[in-house]
Amino acid sequence: MSAGGVLLVAVLALPGLGAAVVAAIPADRAARLVGTVVAALTLLAAVPLAAGDRGWFAWSGAAPAVRPWHQFDVSWVPALDLRFHLGVDGVSYPLVVLTALLTLLCCGYTLWRVPAGGGSGRALVALLLVVEVGILGTFLALDLVLFFLFFEVVLLPMYAVIAGWGGEDRRRAARKFALYTLFGSVLLLVGVYVVVAAAGTADIVALTGGAGLSRNTQLFAFTLLAVAFAVKSPLWPLHSWLPDAHTQAPTVGSVVLAGVLLKMGTYGLIRVAVGVAPEGARWAAPVLGVLAVAAILVGSLVCLAQSELKRLIAYSSVGHMGFVLLGVATLTATGIQAALIGNIAHGVITGLLFFLAGAVKDRTHTGALAELSGLRETAPRLAGLLGFAAVASLGLPGLAGFWGEAFAVIAAVEVGGALWTTLGVLAAVGGALTAAYFLRLLRQVTHHRPSPAVDRLTPTLAGAEVAAWAPLVLLALAIGLAPVLVLGVAEAPVDALVEVLR
Amino acid sequence: MTTSTLLGVLLPVVPLAAGLVGLLLPPSPRGLNGDGVDVEQRARRAAITLGVAGAAGALVLAVALLATLDGPAEARTTWVDLGGLRVTLGVRLDGVAALVAVAVAAVALAVQVYSIGYLKRGPHDDVDVDHRYPPYAAQISLFTAAMLLVVVSGDLLLLLVGWEVMGLCSYLLIAHDRRLPEAPAAAMKAFLVTRVGDVGFLLGIALLGVSAGSFRIADVLAHDHASGTLTAACLLLLAGVAGKSAQFPLHTWLPDAMAGPTPISALIHAATMVAAGVYAVARLYPLFEAAPVALTVLGVLGSVTLLLGAFAATAQDDIKRVLAWSTVSQIGYMTGALAVGSPAAALFHLLTHAAFKALLFLAAGAVIHAVGTTLMSRMGGLRRSMPVTFWCTAVGLGALAGVPPLAGFWSKDGVLAVAQAAALDGEGPTPSWVGWLVWLAGLVGVAVTAWYATRLLLRTFLGETRVPLARPHDAPGTLRWPVLLLAVPAAVLGLAGFAAPFADRLQPEPLASPEHPSDLLPAEPLVHLTPSIVLPVALLLLGAGLAWARWRRDPAADPAAALGPLRPVFAAAFRLDDVQHALVVRPVRALARAVRAGDERVVDGAVEGSGRAASGLGAGLAVLHRAALPRAAAGVLAGALLIGLAAVLIGGTA
Repeated sequence: MSAGGVLLVAVLALPGLGAAVVAAIPADRAARLVGTVVAALTLLAAVPLAAGDRGWFAWSGAAPAVRPWHQFDVSWVPALDLRFHLGVDGVSYPLVVLTALLTLLCCGYTLWRVPAGGGSGRALVALLLVVEVGILGTFLALDLVLFFLFFEVVLLPMYAVIAGWGGEDRRRAARKFALYTLFGSVLLLVGVYVVVAAAGTADIVALTGGAGLSRNTQLFAFTLLAVAFAVKSPLWPLHSWLPDAHTQAPTVGSVVLAGVLLKMGTYGLIRVAVGVAPEGARWAAPVLGVLAVAAILVGSLVCLAQSELKRLIAYSSVGHMGFVLLGVATLTATGIQAALIGNIAHGVITGLLFFLAGAVKDRTHTGALAELSGLRETAPRLAGLLGFAAVASLGLPGLAGFWGEAFAVIAAVEVGGALWTTLGVLAAVGGALTAAYFLRLLRQVTHHRPSPAVDRLTPTLAGAEVAAWAPLVLLALAIGLAPVLVLGVAEAPVDALVEVLR
Repeated sequence: MTTSTLLGVLLPVVPLAAGLVGLLLPPSPRGLNGDGVDVEQRARRAAITLGVAGAAGALVLAVALLATLDGPAEARTTWVDLGGLRVTLGVRLDGVAALVAVAVAAVALAVQVYSIGYLKRGPHDDVDVDHRYPPYAAQISLFTAAMLLVVVSGDLLLLLVGWEVMGLCSYLLIAHDRRLPEAPAAAMKAFLVTRVGDVGFLLGIALLGVSAGSFRIADVLAHDHASGTLTAACLLLLAGVAGKSAQFPLHTWLPDAMAGPTPISALIHAATMVAAGVYAVARLYPLFEAAPVALTVLGVLGSVTLLLGAFAATAQDDIKRVLAWSTVSQIGYMTGALAVGSPAAALFHLLTHAAFKALLFLAAGAVIHAVGTTLMSRMGGLRRSMPVTFWCTAVGLGALAGVPPLAGFWSKDGVLAVAQAAALDGEGPTPSWVGWLVWLAGLVGVAVTAWYATRLLLRTFLGETRVPLARPHDAPGTLRWPVLLLAVPAAVLGLAGFAAPFADRLQPEPLASPEHPSDLLPAEPLVHLTPSIVLPVALLLLGAGLAWARWRRDPAADPAAALGPLRPVFAAAFRLDDVQHALVVRPVRALARAVRAGDERVVDGAVEGSGRAASGLGAGLAVLHRAALPRAAAGVLAGALLIGLAAVLIGGTA
């Protein structure tokens, strides 16, 4: 087995085994510490995946559209022709690193503070690690059935995180999350079945490009897969599980949920739905584009009338994922690259926003915007960071959020024609609305005289908080200044994908 | 990379570094136990050092650039390549960029020095005014860096970075003063209104970039765009320009931005923000020249803005608001000059305006510092107690109104001359009626400007004192020196228009192409000494004389009383704020509420409803399955019978 293969397996095995170890250690704090170390090791294993010869497929005659840098491919259930096929390329690599990083930050944060509400800290860390296995597996799987399995692994531990450590209305929110996304999973299962049955293989490398699938099969499969991923992303109007889940989930749950869990949907859309059924993608692109822009506008308008901090950030995710989906829907290299960097930027920035919202809520014991004001008077650092995150999220050029949103608009303009130009214009207007609701948020929360809830705050930040937030702040700045960090690795695979879309 | 391009790269980087480091200083020592005051003093000193060093470094670099640059220069590297659309990271330098950079850096340095004294805890301050000095100074540095980035940028997207970071910095700085309840709303308005304009700016950049396949300014200028695309793109860019440069109808944020500290007003009005829009159009002028429709629109908007700002300035009582509206009006002159085909005249006025408007704001700050109010109805008679401030303000107002030979006279005359040429001789890219519009609006503007400038001077410095405070006095050194030094260019910069090295630098770099050999085009003179110069001078005397005559009759009364019933309309700036509120803000808010309700009741309602329906159905079926033994037994028998029947039927047919 090659070194890359070892790393691929390690990235999944480490958190998997770690979760079991953490669950077995009786001492709570020691278990959390072990969990954090495991998460750190996972990140250490994930980062060097970028190393290695990336051009090894270039010389072969018929290069497939997916050209993994490293692969791990063993027969798994021979009778059903199932293979345990993992691989990483420029589309998945940034997401893998982001997942490992956010999990580490969440575990480290849990080391400092376990959310009130019942469960033990070590159970929470174990569940976070299981969620990590599922998400990483989804990004790494190159076999459709395996992809589906990992996709499902995430569901129940996330349900438990929300139901075990969430806010007051957590059970209802967790149930809604689980049932709604399960509905999406059923469609995904059917879609996977349709594809595998028609093509006779579940290998994503072989399937990409729609080889061997008739047009009708592609249309049918794309519809099923796209709806399934739209639930996860979430795409308006299939988003309504998200605000409830976010509002009730504990801080670390929200961070993982917004930061990387949603990306399973957009990643699946690019890699599986568009890749496997390109004909279907072309057919459905206008619908997808219209819904994406509707998501942008509806998401930002709802935010403009929102009265709860975490709910507002949750709805802002709907808008931001709308930009990502608009980028995908254009089916151009520009648009898909915009979607990839938008994905990463949203994970970094919204992860930070949820951390900060959690910090505000933990300190003031309220998330109602009407009860928060004057944060910059009593906690200037926290207010400054909230301001930074909000400004990054509204897509200020020079910070990470800008590239995805601006180039989703530019890609729509590039496609041209009345429909896509209109979509581009509306999306740009959505950008202005995004600024409006974030400025409203900042004006309410940070300016004016301190409200009673805010007045008793102290300006200090805990070391664990700074440690958890600093990497995200730096990443938001670094990706904004050097988008090549994400797009440098994505260029070749996106070009290859767009090639088969033609 | 040559010396010039290296200087150009460093130009935004130096203040950026000062700003980023400054942001890391402790923002507020309040709540730190022990030596809080000590920490505060130390942080303040560090912030002052960083801020002044950043601005001074930028000024040195800009002057060096001006001295070394002997022709257009460019340096670039690929920033990122998104699916064939290349974004470059680079600088594009020419004489205009160097001159504007000098103006930006000079004003920034003046503002940094001035702020040291202006944001100092005074004996009358009940709340600690300045314990957030470090972020304040750092934000000024960022603001400067962003504007310098706009000035030197060689790529449209890089320009957009500076463009929007400026919007952010204006937002942060306008909201700085914690004692003003209206400051947060004003800050939000400034960012949001300009951001609405930037929707158009981004789309315009998108159209141009997609059309040219690159966002590099040189590529965009060189590309042969389809005329429809070009017109659409230029019109869209104008939306962003109108937002940043406070042109009708996106001018509404500027007067409210007076809630920011006075040095910030000087920064926003003189060298950054409002200048950026005019500069961007001048930078992309070849595109606009090829899209006369866009220039026509610009001319109409500029003329409207010119008169709107001038008339609104006549009725304000707040000294800063008079100056704010005068900025709106003066930017109208610049856009007007652009519309009639003379970016050089626009840039000349931009530079002189930067000098005299910075001077006016900083002098007004000295007055406000001394008397503790911004209302002219509570000032008066300050000439004796504040002679330095009086004379500096007089120079600034003279330049603003266009009193010869002060700076504003020459540059405004330059604008009027090109407008006149466009009107009478049909020169310029736009139809001659645009020239007429700009020319007439400019001439009326001269009289109105003279009127309100005179009023400001009389109300503030002459007559009987209405000052509540016992002894107003000239400001301390940190406030006085920037004002004094700015008075020099405000007085004499106009004469630079006669100097060939200056005038040549302001002329647009001709596109060297075989069809248009650049040496055949005679350079247009910046300063026009023709008989028509009498006209603006006469109008100036008329406006100033009317205000003075009114004041002579009753020195205690406000000359604005002469406006009669129009006074409240002018004071409210034709109620365009209310129009904006009624047409945009309220509908958007109502729409947001409706969408939220719809999303929660309809979209989520359907989901919740399906859940409830499923559990209801389940409960119903469960009830059916709970039955007493006889009924259950009957059910089982009936079922068995049905299955048997089915088996017989299916088996029989098979």
